[in-house]
Amino acid sequence: MGGATNLLDLIKKTRNRRIKVLIAKLGLDGHDRGAKVVARALKDAGLEVIYTGIRQTPEQVVETAIQEDVDVIGVSILSGAHIPLMTKLMRLLRERGLGDIPVFLGGTIPLPDIPKLKELGIRNIFLPGTPLRDIIKETLEAALERSRE
Amino acid sequence: MKNNVETLIGNALNGDRASIGRLLTYIERSPEIASKILSIIIQEKGGGHVIGVTGIPGSGKSTLISRLISHYKNSGLRVAVVAIDPTSPLSRGALLGDRIRMQEHATDPRVFIRSVPTRGVKGGLSFSGVAMIEVFDRLGFDKIIVESIGVGQTDIDIMNLAHTILVVTAPGLGDEIQALKAGIMEIGDIYVLNKSDKPEANRTYAYLDFALETGEIGSEKIKWKPRLVKTSAVMGQGIEDLVDIIEEHLQFIKKSGIYQEKIRVRRRYMVRLLAEKLFLETLENLSDSIEPTGKNIYEEAVQLLKETLSQFD
Repeated sequence: MGGATNLLDLIKKTRNRRIKVLIAKLGLDGHDRGAKVVARALKDAGLEVIYTGIRQTPEQVVETAIQEDVDVIGVSILSGAHIPLMTKLMRLLRERGLGDIPVFLGGTIPLPDIPKLKELGIRNIFLPGTPLRDIIKETLEAALERSRE
Repeated sequence: MKNNVETLIGNALNGDRASIGRLLTYIERSPEIASKILSIIIQEKGGGHVIGVTGIPGSGKSTLISRLISHYKNSGLRVAVVAIDPTSPLSRGALLGDRIRMQEHATDPRVFIRSVPTRGVKGGLSFSGVAMIEVFDRLGFDKIIVESIGVGQTDIDIMNLAHTILVVTAPGLGDEIQALKAGIMEIGDIYVLNKSDKPEANRTYAYLDFALETGEIGSEKIKWKPRLVKTSAVMGQGIEDLVDIIEEHLQFIKKSGIYQEKIRVRRRYMVRLLAEKLFLETLENLSDSIEPTGKNIYEEAVQLLKETLSQFD
């Protein structure tokens, strides 16, 4: 209950801030239900969500983040190729000077891979069953922290 | 901030995409900075061709634009897209999905696509949207394509900012009466019947053709005769024809002086949108603080109006 009130406060606080989030389906899988549900939840929480559609390359995601100048990136992968894809994405983001954008990953990620992904600089990994309110809350917090820096 | 903006503009003029992206964000966030940016790049390059694309949701605007981008970039032109999608009036959030159909161009250095939410502006075009068009023009983009939200028959603000207006429709969406109605069917320079690979396409073509023919009756001014073209964006059909007609229209407006006139109209519109925005924001803040008696509403409204305007003295 305490968590829910917190979230409402956060949403109120960010209501006039126009936080932009990129939701991207990275790699060769077409399972986009999760990404769409998250995109919609973020929209309903008052965020401006840019959705790339499926089968994006790391280069496309980075270029889109640059053109849209987003505050947060959320990546969805259900193909099992999360380690090589995220390694490349995080490297490209740093190379293009976007190392300060918080990146989240969602999808079917085996638990043993999580430490390695976090080492890459991914802010958090959302596994199947993660409540939407947690995703919204962490996204808003990440965006607020970045804009304060 | 000042030096920062000047550095960004310098880099943006050299084609640095991150700088362009950030400039657009400044324009969205602050009208003062937008004004400053436009005063610095007052007419660095210019000469761009603004193409407005409107038409009902689902008619294939985004896919069609993607085809146009392919064509233009292959001709060596630089293309900017301003893709407008609606903001939710309830949550103030937005889901911007126009670029899904254009993502094949995401990494092309000649193409820059920016999604713009309507943020509560009635016609869908905010001050910042128009200011972005100005910036793209001054940064030297050759074709600036504006995709409007396409909400039915009222989405005509695009008239105020585009050189060439494409109205996109699809087969099976109504008979000739729909085609004759006032609004969106009156503003096109070029009407595009997309998805023309569908079986009902010929009948819809006939309705539209009839509507455009009857539009000729009584119009005495020598002007552009609206054209109708069949495309199938998904199949890549009719795109060459469409591109040819767009170029024909550009030549026509350049020769007739409409090209320059449209730039004046766009700038006038931009100033009006900003005035509206400033006024309405101030009005909204002040109206929260008044306590109407309910007895003399007209006088109270005039008083509120005066107080709102006095904030700008």
